[in-house]
Amino acid sequence: MTSADLSAIAPEILISLYAMAALLFGAYTGKDKTAPLLVWVTSGLMVLVGLWIGLSGEGTNTAFHGMFTDDAFSRFGKVTVLFSAAAVMVMSEGYMARRNLLRFEFPILIALATVGMMVMVSAGDLMTLYMGLELQSLALYVVAALRRDSAKSTEAGLKYFVLGALSSGLLLYGASLTYGYAGTTLFSGIVSVASEGDIPLGLLFGLVFMITGLAFKVSAVPFHMWTPDVYEGSPTPVTAFFATAPKVAAIGLFARVMHDAFGQVVPDWSQVIALLSVLSMFLGAIAAIGQRDIKRLMAYSSIAHMGYALMGLAAGTQFGVQAMLVYMAIYVTMNIGTFAFILSMERDGQQVTDIASLNLYSKKSPGRALAMLILLFSLAGVPPLVGFFGKFYVLKAAVEADLTWLAVAGVVASVIGAFYYIRIVYLMYFGEEREGLDAGGSPVLAGFLMASAAAMVLGVINLFGVEAMAAAAAATLVN
Amino acid sequence: MIGLEHYLAVAAALFVIGIFGLFLNRKNVIILLMSIELILLAVNINFVAFSSFLHDLAGQVFTLFVLTVAAAEAAIGLAILVCFFRNRGTIDVEDVNMMKG
Repeated sequence: MTSADLSAIAPEILISLYAMAALLFGAYTGKDKTAPLLVWVTSGLMVLVGLWIGLSGEGTNTAFHGMFTDDAFSRFGKVTVLFSAAAVMVMSEGYMARRNLLRFEFPILIALATVGMMVMVSAGDLMTLYMGLELQSLALYVVAALRRDSAKSTEAGLKYFVLGALSSGLLLYGASLTYGYAGTTLFSGIVSVASEGDIPLGLLFGLVFMITGLAFKVSAVPFHMWTPDVYEGSPTPVTAFFATAPKVAAIGLFARVMHDAFGQVVPDWSQVIALLSVLSMFLGAIAAIGQRDIKRLMAYSSIAHMGYALMGLAAGTQFGVQAMLVYMAIYVTMNIGTFAFILSMERDGQQVTDIASLNLYSKKSPGRALAMLILLFSLAGVPPLVGFFGKFYVLKAAVEADLTWLAVAGVVASVIGAFYYIRIVYLMYFGEEREGLDAGGSPVLAGFLMASAAAMVLGVINLFGVEAMAAAAAATLVN
Repeated sequence: MIGLEHYLAVAAALFVIGIFGLFLNRKNVIILLMSIELILLAVNINFVAFSSFLHDLAGQVFTLFVLTVAAAEAAIGLAILVCFFRNRGTIDVEDVNMMKG
């Protein structure tokens, strides 16, 4: 262990040490009274670390004999994860405080999950991959059951735990076969064994098991069954978190394993991921139509969006990875705004998640309804909003990789999916007179909603430069 | 002579038993936790067998990591299960059904 090794993982060490110190501080002082302070300090730290990684990081550094990689790809993932986690925590603070949900463990668990995600996107070895994934998952199982006096929340935690542990088991079984047939756990060693179209049968089995485990984590069909229940049962701020940072980290890890460890046998995994992608897009689009609960609807929406992100990965090219990263950055921005809106859906101080309660919402608060309209159109991929460009990039990547059938399926699914987004817009503007929502709401949530909606409109100029960063990130991953 | 394939066969059998335990069990959530442990143990046998066969220590190091994480995972699973039991008064798998899906 040298100082070069340590400087490569300095951000992770910093946040881990902070989490441990904050845990002691919280436990020995005011317990839950310190929670608002910890939320602000933790999100401030995350933003600072995100800026530090984004501005100071340069080149490709590997640490611990290649087990940990710090390159443009991992920095892109880390910055996205850190910023979205900080944003979700700031949004949650008021909501949780009013419902006596704000325990001091919440920011600490989120910080630890974030460290796990940062390790995931930097993994250069099966062991690093596993430790990062488990650090993330174990923290997330607990936050899903954060409202421990609620039957729904504990049920969500239990379901997430059982299916998450199963997916870790599948991933590990794949890792053990990969290790056995490649003779090493390092990605750089595996890639040299699985060279140019010639892959041992045992390694192929390992690859398939690992794809299965990772598909669970990104909630791709047919491994999506936990998503709607966990999204519905968890407290809404936790759902907002699930829908953003862990998805980026999981898809980043997926791309890292596929390209770093199996980059020489693209056709072997590209067809599997194309299948996952097409199933996710269609199930996400069709199953969401019947939903009455907006959190469940967002669960199916996230399944569909993961399908599009996987389409970029299925292309197996550098442009495909770039399109996937752009798509994830746009997806996270849209979801932060949408969940800021969902968090502010209240009637008489009680949270409402029923879609019918949005009837004629535009008459009560036209500003928020307009912002939500922009976000929903963007989620549906209607031009000229930014969400359209995300879809355009992945479709282009699929066509360029001769996966035209996949691109056509993606367009069809997005047309089907547009129905349920536009139905919400219809309810907000032309619904029937019914008991609606309170008009007011926290200015913090309104700020996030407006900022996200503004980004969806203003981003069409140059996507805020995300495209160039994603291109640099993809170039380091695929070569 | 017991060769690598025998160990792999045992591990595969344990793995399949664990998966079936998760999906066919309709009685008790504790059995789900046991099935998860079984899956992880199957993985450990795989790692140790490969490690010994390849004369490479990485597999055994990996096993130690898996064992540690499995302990943490079981602790968290049981904690969530206790919370669930306090709310519902039951740990039958069929009663984990407040939300459809």
